[in-house]
Amino acid sequence: MDLSYGPEYDDFRAEVREFCRNHRPAEHRSRGIPGVTERPSPEVLAWQAKLIEHGYAARTIPREYGGYGAKPDIIENRIIQEEFLAAGLPLGLSNQGISMLVPTLLEVGTAEQCTTYIRPTIYGEMIWCQGYSEPGAGSDLASLRTRAELDGDEWIINGQKIWTSSAHVADMCFILVRTEPEAPKHHGISYLLMPMDRPGIDVRPLVTMTGDATFNEVFLADVRIPAKNIVGARGQGWHVANVTLKYERGMLGNAGQGQSGIKGLVELLQEETAGSARAMDLDHYRDRLLKLQGRTLANKYHGMRLLSQSINGEQTGVEGLITKLSATELAYDIYSLAVDVLGETGTLYDGSPYQAERDWQKSLLGCFTGIIGGGSANIQRNIIAERGLGLPREPRVRFDSGRWELSPSASNKGGN
Amino acid sequence: MHFGLSEEQTMLQDMLRRCLEERLDLETLKRTAGQPCDPELWRALVELGVTGALIPEDYGGSGLGMLEAEVIAEAMGRSVAPVPYLGTAVLAPLAWQLAGTPEQRERHLGPIASGEHRYGVGLTEVAGAPRQFGKVTLEGDRAWGRCYFVLDASDASHFLLTANGDTLVVIERGAEGVSIELLNDVDRTRSFAVLGLERTPFETVGEPGRAAQAIDALLAAGRLMLAADTFGAAEVMLFRARDYSMERFQFDRPIGSFQGVKHLLANMVTDLEPCRSLIWYAAHVFDAEPAERVLHACHAKSLASEIGKFIARSSIEIHGGMGFTEELGLHLWYKRIEANRQLLGGPETVRHAAAVDQGWVQPLTATAT
Repeated sequence: MDLSYGPEYDDFRAEVREFCRNHRPAEHRSRGIPGVTERPSPEVLAWQAKLIEHGYAARTIPREYGGYGAKPDIIENRIIQEEFLAAGLPLGLSNQGISMLVPTLLEVGTAEQCTTYIRPTIYGEMIWCQGYSEPGAGSDLASLRTRAELDGDEWIINGQKIWTSSAHVADMCFILVRTEPEAPKHHGISYLLMPMDRPGIDVRPLVTMTGDATFNEVFLADVRIPAKNIVGARGQGWHVANVTLKYERGMLGNAGQGQSGIKGLVELLQEETAGSARAMDLDHYRDRLLKLQGRTLANKYHGMRLLSQSINGEQTGVEGLITKLSATELAYDIYSLAVDVLGETGTLYDGSPYQAERDWQKSLLGCFTGIIGGGSANIQRNIIAERGLGLPREPRVRFDSGRWELSPSASNKGGN
Repeated sequence: MHFGLSEEQTMLQDMLRRCLEERLDLETLKRTAGQPCDPELWRALVELGVTGALIPEDYGGSGLGMLEAEVIAEAMGRSVAPVPYLGTAVLAPLAWQLAGTPEQRERHLGPIASGEHRYGVGLTEVAGAPRQFGKVTLEGDRAWGRCYFVLDASDASHFLLTANGDTLVVIERGAEGVSIELLNDVDRTRSFAVLGLERTPFETVGEPGRAAQAIDALLAAGRLMLAADTFGAAEVMLFRARDYSMERFQFDRPIGSFQGVKHLLANMVTDLEPCRSLIWYAAHVFDAEPAERVLHACHAKSLASEIGKFIARSSIEIHGGMGFTEELGLHLWYKRIEANRQLLGGPETVRHAAAVDQGWVQPLTATAT
């Protein structure tokens, strides 16, 4: 065990700390998440540009595409996060364009696509949304039916997407469409880049149970985009999408996420009284807190273990597949305890009189984003069991002539 | 940065696993249940350095740390080894080193490393167990009373006990007035006893009344080792269930292709892996950051107990009726996990100790009965 990052990083840490001491973004008021649920304000854009200039955002993006051009180094990234967190400074923008599309373009995009899209995306000027899920294609994403046909030098897109975060603010959409209807389902998909200002695009907000409209439905009727707006070859979209999903899981599966939740929960139990007793002095609440603290610590050290594996280039087995499931379940249980400790007050919502300082109820409801999004909990269990433990896939069934039949196994692999 | 086992630690793990697997097949385990430790097995483990791991080289050991002890404990749990490991190889060496005088270390550590002395351990008095039947009283140079739930008693040449919560004493098996009443525990791979003392001479480890800190560390070490033992046993139960679910066919399919079984296995491994990380970390800070010892040992014990129970019960369930029989031998692992859960404080007890350690709540004071 060696939990230090090593003396060779001391200088780097000092440099980041120095930056944090001397810089602070301009104040601005915001209810939403810049670059995700709202367009970034001029202050946010200026901060992002400053971060890129110093290499604290878009750190490894090549200079020719507007990035800082550093060699990938996980520990440097970690140090930036730690120091910014300690200083209370906002990190650079994080959204689907930056976290998913940009790495995908760098891996499989053309030079022209990289040149056109990466710079405005990392600077927060171009916002992307992800056009993957459809009403009939959720966990089984590869069954998607939105189609695109080539007409001269244009694709004509028809269909419907759903759960499209940021679509109401987005400039562009990276979208999966069926272009080869005759091919097996995983081989008939293409990955297109669709400007959101084209005629025929209708974005309708979907209000979730938190009361916020963070998702949208996107209806597409004869939307025309240039033929060159395809990433990878025709029919290769599934492969390209898996490149993107790899980055999404990395984004969602941050094992360190539970740490701020448990800290707030400890404070809550210390401050909140139930009847005449402090919640912390009541055995039933305290024992639940301790159970959650144990799981939180376990996830934290598990994150260190995975970090260590990736730094040292070690193979990661099943332990790398469980983080999303583990972290999202833990978050739900943490917020549940907070609401239970508050009791009736825990049901107050959205700035109600007498509400606790922190909106625990909203955090609890918001957990469904993590539990369902990016491969739902049960899809995660399939992945863990099939790829991690080597268990066989469920046989496919179809409804044929009034009864359920086993269908001849399609030769698809890992559509989840 | 490197989080995890070093090459040497992995080698130690492989060596031990091989040694235990070769000597402890299912038939042997069933046959020797409830018996004292097989002398040949003991000798083999002593030769591998199990008893000297935590003893400095000057005293005949190899001077390793708690992470190596964790690796060994995990291997013991994997093989449900009927071996007096915890008392002899972990708690007794630590007790002499933490509380003993240089002269005592000189006299006692060597025979432990060489496998000559074996220790039963009675820490129940200080472990916060909800039921207590024993109390040891010291008067002058003699001890009276009973110590309840002494671990690894049937093999012991010596007993390490607490008295008054702040004193550690060692008693020789053959000393005057010692009686050993073996208990019938659900776990037959280790022995448990009530130790009776009647005008029994004893040796104090260090100074009387000065061992409270050492006792806290011993308790933390013991809890951590039990967590590792449970972890090792639980990992075996998980992978046996995984293997069985691919061999067992019903409705023309391996039962592991049913999501009811598959998702259960996924949940089991999702609980197991972070627990491994926690136990490793707890073992690391035991030596590297002593202030973090108690908190992490308590959490390791608590989490291992909870996930161990879930995995053990689920594994039996996946094996169906055969899992419930003695045929497959799974019950040995199940019962070991069950016993570990209760030893040196059950889950609620160790979580309470973790709360006390963080200053969240006052310690429970014993009420006179």
